[in-house]
Amino acid sequence: MEPIVIIGSGLAGYTLARELRKLDKTTPLVIITADDGRAYSKPMLSNALAQGKSADQIASALAPAVAAQLNAEVLTHSRVEQIDPAARTVRVAQRVIAYSKLVLALGADPVRPQLAGDAADQVLSVNDLLDYARFREQIANGKRVTILGGGLIGCEFANDLSGAGHHVDVVHPALYPLDRLLPEAAAQDLQRGLAGVGVVWHLGHTAVAVNRAATGYVVTLDDGKVLETDVVLSAIGLRPRTQLAQAAGLQVARGIVVNRGLATSQSDVFALGDCAEVNGHVLPYVLPLMAQARALAANLSGTPTQVVYPAMPVMVKTPACPVAVATVAGEVAGSWQVDCSDDGVCALYQDGNEILHGFALTGKQAGQRQALARQLPALMP
Amino acid sequence: MQVWTCVVCGFIYDEVAGMPEEGIAAGTRWADIPDDWACPDCGVAKADFEMVAV
Repeated sequence: MEPIVIIGSGLAGYTLARELRKLDKTTPLVIITADDGRAYSKPMLSNALAQGKSADQIASALAPAVAAQLNAEVLTHSRVEQIDPAARTVRVAQRVIAYSKLVLALGADPVRPQLAGDAADQVLSVNDLLDYARFREQIANGKRVTILGGGLIGCEFANDLSGAGHHVDVVHPALYPLDRLLPEAAAQDLQRGLAGVGVVWHLGHTAVAVNRAATGYVVTLDDGKVLETDVVLSAIGLRPRTQLAQAAGLQVARGIVVNRGLATSQSDVFALGDCAEVNGHVLPYVLPLMAQARALAANLSGTPTQVVYPAMPVMVKTPACPVAVATVAGEVAGSWQVDCSDDGVCALYQDGNEILHGFALTGKQAGQRQALARQLPALMP
Repeated sequence: MQVWTCVVCGFIYDEVAGMPEEGIAAGTRWADIPDDWACPDCGVAKADFEMVAV
């Protein structure tokens, strides 16, 4: 029998493999990865610095150990060049590998900022363990860091870097951080919390150029202001990796289009994680990924299963001001009820009948997230 | 008393502090947390936790 082939060894690929092995210990499994195949905690990349963790310390296992644990073959440093859904094969370098079922766990690419200047190509982003290792090398010895983007990842890095003793500037186009997830009062609490640990905000602005300076770089903002810095980190968003799927004729929208069984438009080809658009949802977070992995593992082992999304609050790991947010699913007419106290902000989004549809909690209020999440309607019942 | 971390998401459970907001009293040992408990940040079941002492 041809193996089940998974492309990708990130959280999506390895979690799926682990869930699959709980249900099916014997079907041959091949995992193909472009990187070194180490298993690691992805969310830790933006909060491991203050704990002094190196890339090697974040990695929990090397590829051979993972392969043994999963009873799988893990092909490292192998980039899949082509998928042939008609022949049921993938091509890797000189090798053609046949599959019975194929899973795309390709992840997402960081969006690159549009920048002028002679050092625009020096801007880093951290989206995997190898990126993190490179980033750690460059910021050694207390280097100044300028972060482009004050979203979830940007805010987590800002907190982590300042906690590790770095000077941090954050450039963000909106008037408050995390504006796509938070109402204003909660965002301002986060802004204050991070300012309190030394983060310098440049809100309402974007960077237009990065140039080399005598030491480090100079970042020029759209109002002409310049920031002197040693390292520029971009965290302006992610774009699902869809090229391989598109070239193979799979249906692609924002992500690789899959139904609630995680099946793409081609038979026996599936997708999950940051590369997938599940029934219209692109959610690059851990909780949806876990739900997808369990449903897909069941499907691959012969039990037709649809993925279910309960309400899934997202934790923003900013110890200076922890944030828990559950975004409102779809268009719901309602309003924010905001309560601020020394314990933080508790913002509840309610409809006309005082039914809860979303929340944003900061500081100690974030501790209520589980209790409140139980009152929320499911995102995809 | 020990501190444990979830290798999937980095969630930290400190036995000394417990998680009173989740009904787990301060001082509760990892071994005494119910088997149907799930990681509050990533939803991984306790049985799936690959917890390591930090």
